[in-house]
Amino acid sequence: MSTNASQNAVYARIRKNPRFAELVSKRQGFATLLSVIVLTIFYGFFMVVAFNPNLIGQRLSEGSYVTVGIAAELFMFIFFWVLTAVYVKRANGEFDAITTEIIRDASKEVK
Amino acid sequence: MLARLNVALLALLVPALSFAGDAISATEKQPLNLHAIGMFVLFVSMTLGITYWAAGRTKSASDFYTAGGGITGFQNGLAIAGDYMSAATLLGLTALVYTKGVDGYIYMIAFFAGWPIILFLMAERLRNLGKFTFADITSYRLNQGKVRTMAAVSSLTVVCFYLVAQMVGAGQLIKLLFGLDYNIALFVVGALMMVYVTFGGMVATTWVQIIKACMLLAGGTLVMVLAMSQFGFSFETMMGQAVSLHSLGEKLLFPGTLLPDPVTALSLGLGLMFGTAGLPHILMRFFTVTNAKEARKSVLYASGFVAYFFNVILLMGFAAIIIVGQNPEFFEGGKIGGKIVGGGNMIAMHLAKAVGGNLLLGFLSAVAFATILAVVSGLALAGAAAISHDIYARVIRKGKATETEELRVSRFASVGLGLVAIVLGIAFEKMNVAFMVALAFGIAASANFPVLILSMYWKGLTTRGAVAGGYAGLVAAVLLVVFSKSVWVTVLGNAQALFPYDQPALFSMPLAFLITFIVSKLDNSAEAQAERAAFDDQYVRAQTGFGAAEASAH
Repeated sequence: MSTNASQNAVYARIRKNPRFAELVSKRQGFATLLSVIVLTIFYGFFMVVAFNPNLIGQRLSEGSYVTVGIAAELFMFIFFWVLTAVYVKRANGEFDAITTEIIRDASKEVK
Repeated sequence: MLARLNVALLALLVPALSFAGDAISATEKQPLNLHAIGMFVLFVSMTLGITYWAAGRTKSASDFYTAGGGITGFQNGLAIAGDYMSAATLLGLTALVYTKGVDGYIYMIAFFAGWPIILFLMAERLRNLGKFTFADITSYRLNQGKVRTMAAVSSLTVVCFYLVAQMVGAGQLIKLLFGLDYNIALFVVGALMMVYVTFGGMVATTWVQIIKACMLLAGGTLVMVLAMSQFGFSFETMMGQAVSLHSLGEKLLFPGTLLPDPVTALSLGLGLMFGTAGLPHILMRFFTVTNAKEARKSVLYASGFVAYFFNVILLMGFAAIIIVGQNPEFFEGGKIGGKIVGGGNMIAMHLAKAVGGNLLLGFLSAVAFATILAVVSGLALAGAAAISHDIYARVIRKGKATETEELRVSRFASVGLGLVAIVLGIAFEKMNVAFMVALAFGIAASANFPVLILSMYWKGLTTRGAVAGGYAGLVAAVLLVVFSKSVWVTVLGNAQALFPYDQPALFSMPLAFLITFIVSKLDNSAEAQAERAAFDDQYVRAQTGFGAAEASAH
């Protein structure tokens, strides 16, 4: 375990590395985008439940019991989960590779 | 102080309970169910064996709180699913779909939608900044004493309400399923929980949750497949019959009485979504994995299992409308449409019996019991960590306690929480505890979540702001629930609710954010300056994981 002083020195170096700014803005941008998608769809759905409940029970086609509500919810369960998979894939691959590189550079320079 | 707060809360609620008790008829004690007991004994011996093995590996504080940080993403995903899906999920949500139709599905998506948000905004930072409790994160650059105390108070409040709800449910359920006396049932649950947590710590708790999650997924799937086979696996056939037989008819497909107005619907959505992100026993699971990579994978697996199981429950609930709802065997006095034997929560169990006989009923009963054990163990561990790690080691001893001392306190705390859970469970026997889970989520969303997310994202957060906002959210959530219909009218017997909605989050959560923000902005003390300055280093660690608590080598 490094001492606090050398740890702080590494933090300072990481902050100065332009790759760090790149990592943060890329990853944060991506996470924010996905969050906005989830929140918009989810609260959009709850707005419909709240203000137009009749639409929820509307059938997608004559004689079918698959309603707008059931279809929309099933879609959310699947789509939101797919988004988590997309995020995990990119964060664990692309973003973590940049992270490792940044930490390696900063630790090297300090020593 | 903390004990006093909870005692005060209880004093407020207890006298009223005896009144409410008369209205709720006690569940009938059933004859001994040998299949269920056999399978349960099997589960208990297996988990006790694991606890024995885990006890040998639980030596350091890190082993006790976080299983040494060596759990894989897949294991943790299963354990999170096991921690998150309580008996209320299996029994309560199936019953909800059975009685209210699509309302139950709307509840479930709100329970689910918090997970992607946790992944995108929190998982990685939780793992990179936290060690044993989420207060490690909120107090990272703030005043240890004040912020940890606040976080521990709200954690313990959440844990206590959640624990009581689980214990009461456990007692009723076991009485009904196993034919054991309510009080004995509570002692069994409390004692097993104490053994798992005290001796096996997070290692044993994790494995109890993993085994339980597997049992739950398998049991639910089996019941669902057998039930669907009666309709030729056709959703349309099943729904056609369900709609024509149910007293609600077509209304089954529309949002109904659970979401009577826009405010309730939105408040529920907000409370469940962000409550999930503020539950101490769930947050704690993020510290058990090796690194941020595994933390992310945990959410991927956990949310997959949760999403799958919620859809299984939807099908179970609809199928039960026909299979259980038309079978006189499951109604008191054999009168279809009358009172369900054992109460409304037994729908899932009756469905298991109808499609798979006593053997499947026994299995699902054992699953339900295992579910309760897994959830209470996770809660007790989170509560014990708040007491020993936050209050004892960091606030009282100011970081000077040795690991041995801290561990000893955590074990006493686990036993203490077990006893509290048993006593409260007995005190609240006759009460409808459904509001307690809602309250736990409301407090988690209003007291824990705002401070936690701001501490990770907002440089301007100061100790004063965090403390003011956290307590404001806690008090507001508790008061709004006390003044709502479910407590003020139903429990306390007043004529008119002072707060017209059942869900507090829409009001208490923004209030907490607002107060945190304003107080932090107005805080120009020297400490506040230093706290803001310390954000930059915290930010680098949150983003990169450099300096994060490492997994101990085993």
